[in-house]
Amino acid sequence: MPKREDIRSVLVIGSGPIVIGQACEFDYSGTQACRVLRAEGFRVILVNSNPATIMTDPEFADATYVEPITPEYVEKIIAKERPDALLPTLGGQTALNTAVALHESGVLERYDVELIGADFDAIQAGENRERFKEIVAKVAREHGLNAESARSVICHTMDDCLAAVGELGYPLVVRPSFTMGGVGSGFAYDESDLRRIAGAGLDASPTTEVLLEESILGWKEYELEVMRDKADNVVIVCSIENIDPMGVHTGDSVTVAPALTLTDREYQNMRDVAIAVIREVGVDTGGCNIQFAVDPRTGRMIVIEMNPRVSRSSALASKATGFPIAKIAAKLAIGYTLDEIPNDITRETPASFEPTLDYIVVKVPRFAFEKFRGADRTLTTHMKSVGEAMAIGRSFPEALQKALRSLEKSGSSFSWAPGELPAKQELLDACRTPHDGRLRTMQQAIRAGATAAELYEATSVDPWFIDQLFLLDEEAAELAAATELTAGVLERAKRHGFSDAQIGEIRGVGEARVRDLRHALGVRPVYNTVDTCAAEFAAKTPYLYSTYDEENEVPAGERPKVIILGSGPNRIGQGIEFDYACVHASFELSRAGFETVMVNCNPETVSTDYDTSDRLYFEPLTLEDVLEVVHAEQQTGPVAGVIVQLGGQTPLGLAQALKDAGVPVVGTSPESIHLAEERGAFGRVLAEAGLPAPKHGTATTVAGALSVAGEIGYPVLVRPSYVLGGAGMAIVYDDETLSGYMAAQEGGHPVLVDKFLDEAIEIDVDALYDGEELYLGGVMEHIEEAGIHSGDSACALPPITLGSHDIKRIRAATEGIARGVGVRGLLNVQYAMSAGVLYVLEANPRASRTVPFVSKATAVPLAKAAARVMLGATVAELRAEGMLPAEGDGGTLPMDAAIAVKEAVLPFNRFRGVDTVLGPEMRSTGEVMGIDRFFGVAYAKSQAAAYGELPTKGRAFVSVANRDKRAMIFPVRALADLGFEILATEGTAEVLRRNGVHAKIVRKHSEGPGPGGEPTIVQCILEGEVDLIVNTPFGSPGQSGPRLDGYDIRTAAVLRGVPCITTVSGLAAAAAGIQAIVRGDVGVRSLQEHAQALRG
Amino acid sequence: MTEALLVLEDGRTFRGTPYGAEGETFGEMVFNTGMTGYQETLTDPSYHRQIVAMTAPHIGNTGVNDEDPESGRVWVAGYVVREPSRVVSNWRANRSLDDYLKEQGVVGIAIPGTRALTRHLRERGAMRAGIFSAPAEPVEALVERVRQAPVMEGADLAAEVATAEPYVVPAIGEKRYTVAAVDLGIKGMTPHRMAERGCEVHVLPATATAEQILGLRPDGVFFSNGPGDPATADVEPLREVLASGTPFFGICFGNQLFGRALGLSTYKLRYGHRGVNQPVQDVRTGKVEISAHNHGFAVEAPLEGPFDTPFGPAEVSHVNLNDRCVEGLRLLDGRAFSVQYHPEAAAGPHDAAYLFDEFCEVMNRAQA
Repeated sequence: MPKREDIRSVLVIGSGPIVIGQACEFDYSGTQACRVLRAEGFRVILVNSNPATIMTDPEFADATYVEPITPEYVEKIIAKERPDALLPTLGGQTALNTAVALHESGVLERYDVELIGADFDAIQAGENRERFKEIVAKVAREHGLNAESARSVICHTMDDCLAAVGELGYPLVVRPSFTMGGVGSGFAYDESDLRRIAGAGLDASPTTEVLLEESILGWKEYELEVMRDKADNVVIVCSIENIDPMGVHTGDSVTVAPALTLTDREYQNMRDVAIAVIREVGVDTGGCNIQFAVDPRTGRMIVIEMNPRVSRSSALASKATGFPIAKIAAKLAIGYTLDEIPNDITRETPASFEPTLDYIVVKVPRFAFEKFRGADRTLTTHMKSVGEAMAIGRSFPEALQKALRSLEKSGSSFSWAPGELPAKQELLDACRTPHDGRLRTMQQAIRAGATAAELYEATSVDPWFIDQLFLLDEEAAELAAATELTAGVLERAKRHGFSDAQIGEIRGVGEARVRDLRHALGVRPVYNTVDTCAAEFAAKTPYLYSTYDEENEVPAGERPKVIILGSGPNRIGQGIEFDYACVHASFELSRAGFETVMVNCNPETVSTDYDTSDRLYFEPLTLEDVLEVVHAEQQTGPVAGVIVQLGGQTPLGLAQALKDAGVPVVGTSPESIHLAEERGAFGRVLAEAGLPAPKHGTATTVAGALSVAGEIGYPVLVRPSYVLGGAGMAIVYDDETLSGYMAAQEGGHPVLVDKFLDEAIEIDVDALYDGEELYLGGVMEHIEEAGIHSGDSACALPPITLGSHDIKRIRAATEGIARGVGVRGLLNVQYAMSAGVLYVLEANPRASRTVPFVSKATAVPLAKAAARVMLGATVAELRAEGMLPAEGDGGTLPMDAAIAVKEAVLPFNRFRGVDTVLGPEMRSTGEVMGIDRFFGVAYAKSQAAAYGELPTKGRAFVSVANRDKRAMIFPVRALADLGFEILATEGTAEVLRRNGVHAKIVRKHSEGPGPGGEPTIVQCILEGEVDLIVNTPFGSPGQSGPRLDGYDIRTAAVLRGVPCITTVSGLAAAAAGIQAIVRGDVGVRSLQEHAQALRG
Repeated sequence: MTEALLVLEDGRTFRGTPYGAEGETFGEMVFNTGMTGYQETLTDPSYHRQIVAMTAPHIGNTGVNDEDPESGRVWVAGYVVREPSRVVSNWRANRSLDDYLKEQGVVGIAIPGTRALTRHLRERGAMRAGIFSAPAEPVEALVERVRQAPVMEGADLAAEVATAEPYVVPAIGEKRYTVAAVDLGIKGMTPHRMAERGCEVHVLPATATAEQILGLRPDGVFFSNGPGDPATADVEPLREVLASGTPFFGICFGNQLFGRALGLSTYKLRYGHRGVNQPVQDVRTGKVEISAHNHGFAVEAPLEGPFDTPFGPAEVSHVNLNDRCVEGLRLLDGRAFSVQYHPEAAAGPHDAAYLFDEFCEVMNRAQA
């Protein structure tokens, strides 16, 4: 059945900002979908609020809307574009929910938009627990399959509960009905637990009802990725096994593909159930995943859930097998059947097959608990990881060890370092609770003498995986005992995935010595192809992974090669923005005649798609792994250069070592990078350029710090000198707090003390420099004042309060830095403007997080231009080519240019109990962009995209620090004028009243309820009586009273999902946004239209 | 540890460690791409005289149980894996694969280069090989011995693996049909799938004559899978069955014999199909089945349109979408049909199980 001819235009919905649980895997899937649809000749209309995505590049759709993904905005887009069809299955739950809302409100029917790739009944059947249970039961009955749902009993009294135990056994799960956010749920291990939890649950439930469910904690957990076409052809693309058994969210589990501990009978039963369930649910076409739990003692199988859409696991399965699920899902949605679609990798066989693997894939999650002090680190069914790394090896140990080192986090890899170990029992006890790095804890327990049985008892991890850890321990012992590091000994260690660094640690020699010896002995990895078919057919696509095996499959090169180092697993501070830059470089350099080679280990990304670059190496980004890739590529032809500037800190950190090893690093040289990163050297660059920096000093003791602070004056910004990315930073206003901060530091490490420019305007600049000419990409003005990490603060481009004179100064200063440092390519500089003085805060000679935002706001592909500059093109040449504007730059945008606002998205709803106040340490996971002719509207859009619409009426609660009291009056009055009822704590209310704004006084949390039962503000928020919260923090950590009040207010705001503004400038922007919404002049405009306006 | 050697007839060698029984063994070197089902594969009589390499790296993880074998013994001539499991992890398992292979006297080898071996066979075709657990001679001498082993072309093997005496697999539930199943290397799951559908299956030796077959007055006749070159088989009995008008169903070797009975020829594939992920299209419906395969020979037949046979017009019913190889034949009157792949699966997906239903329908129609 060929492509449908009755559809001409398709609306694709993306997934919005990167949040925990919904990350750049949907950029990958959406980008694939857009490419397919355009290649098939459809007009593609795209909506996604996330400017950091590849899919929102204007070249991937005919009309790209960077607008909030809410039913209201999508309706506006539908009304304007009148698409024939809507494809909602490639943008995660966000897209699916939006599509359902548009269907339910009748919008799709009104505008005659057909939903493709999904079916409403199927979505409902898949997502409704009860209906899904019935489906599973029916399938098992009618097909005679081993499948069921977890057994459960609904109870209304304690007697009911006790009776249910006979059927369900302990432990069991207690779930009170109709309580908010699962309040009152818990595990009961015995009768006293049950009486306590179920008793409280019955009380808490408005219907005096609890659901008791059998516990499947500790069961084996599996997933199948399934595709179905409209002719009812179904294939299983991949099976995935969770090493962490049931109880840990699959996104937080270490997983392996294919499943390794099932016999064919069990696997085929699972396959039969998956197919029967999908048919019964009625998934029309496309990809979906289905999860299973298997009782390791009996093989009883429970179907947990299914997702009728492309998911994070689909991205993983696509990268693990070479079967591009999203691309094929898009083709199926427009009418093709699986047998009509060729397998890209073999080119000769069709997509209607099931990939078979002759390698093992391991995925490990990356967490960021260090960014969220106070967060519970226990892994549960609530996902907490912020990214993941995947690795491929010819055996499980090889893949696992590669995956762990791909995390690029010290302490992630297995270690056999000499020294005292904790006691065995202590380690075993630690293993009982799932946590970040549990496999390593298990490995350490093995070193401390734990047996396989003890580890199984503590973790329920399948004995096969436990044995593999023992195997690694035995291999490490052999390696340690070898009299000499011969080729044979090294080969054997390498086959088990030991890195040069691990071998060095075990042998007590340096990593470099191990590598030299290994190279001298000729022990090198080969590169095998991910070919979908275990070598049954020849692969045409060079998608490669390293392994210590027999045959190298790297094809011969045809053109000079450029190797682009990616950014590794997503983490806070290094995410999709860097993947964007790498992908752009690859597209552009391929166009410019180079053979592009991508190296990365993040399965969620577009960069790890096999058709993004000419060659893809799915490899860890450690020095060892990168050097081997460079070596392998050099064997097949000349390497023109390695790009380290675009993937964030990860590749940048390798620059010097690569250069030292003779690798041609292109762009800004490692020496220049050092000039920008080392404080003293950078100070000299600034001095030469005549640019001021805030006063600063260094201290190692309390007394020393107090003396520096006395000299430069409070407030000061303090941070340990040995950490990057804002970790451990704080702004300090007084001696007492500074002493406390210093006392808490590890002894001897120097602390940097900088003058903190209070109330300064912070400015971010992205620029391009070729050695002669500077192209100012964009000037972004932060909406929050200085002191908040640039990644967490909202910003506007073009800047809203800076004049052309200021921009001229900024351009001159940026050029001075670019020249002084010796930049070739991109440069990001952060400035603070205070009392008319432009201070330089820091400079990063690399692609920054804001490059995609700037590119989209100014309609100039900065990363592409940077890649060209790195390989020798000049700004003048790029202007002549038309890649850069013929004249002017991002600092000379026309007066009527649209204003783009970037807003950060923070994951506080995942980390209950963590303070939400923004500070110098970055904690956001993603970003959105709002764009409009008017700042207020652009800001309102950014808020709608990030957190939900700003309220236009109701109650606003205001409580601000003394220093903010003057600045808040004007915007609060604006809110009052718009009809908001203003609530305030006593001090704030007084100031407002004196300035003619009526404010009702509410009790502080610390005051407790009043004598007449008057509630505190926290109670008001929890009761849902407050629509907008303005709370600026004061005091510092460790203090009680007002500081704690703010914490409780903000925590309550997160719990209830009430917008909470924590800066006065944010308040002013919000007031302007609310005014714009109330006026009703909020329209939508595509990036293509914006670009037209800028050029015209 | 001792070093074992896998030697191919073209002189390529792979070093590894002994696995399973020690000694030496010879056979046709083939690879299987299934990621599950090693126990079913090992006990599939069609692998008689073949050394099987598994492309999936970890083998033996779930040990061995008493329920999954497809016959009473291991049939492969030798076994090549990459990472043998050191432990057994499955609630049904009662011993390790290593012990099982030792007990069955199957010589195996664990080599790192299973992918290199597969690529070699893909490019040069299936060839003879030998595994030597403790090679005592120089490689050249071993290659020479490998070259002295018999080739698969022209090998008549069915009788070596088939039952010597007839036996009956009773119907599960109500008996509806009598099936005469000629055992050319039948797998246990095949009569089981028929029995589930009410067939009483009379399994006959490979040498069964038409009189013996038709003497059972069966509702349908079945020819099973099996090892060897179909060109060596006597198709007269099958011709007589077809001439009698009795419904017929064949699998694998049975398909090849059906083809030859219809006057078609068979040929040897370069490296065959062995795995559980092969896309086969039903020509009538256009539907694709993911199917289990184990064949080194195939039938030569026109893919488009019917062709004449002594038993009436016939057509190719199923085609492999990977290489357009013939995967099924049927007489247009529907009374006789066969497939080259394995609807009984074991190991493999169950997508093609409907073919057993079709066989029953044909018998049902013939009864009426």
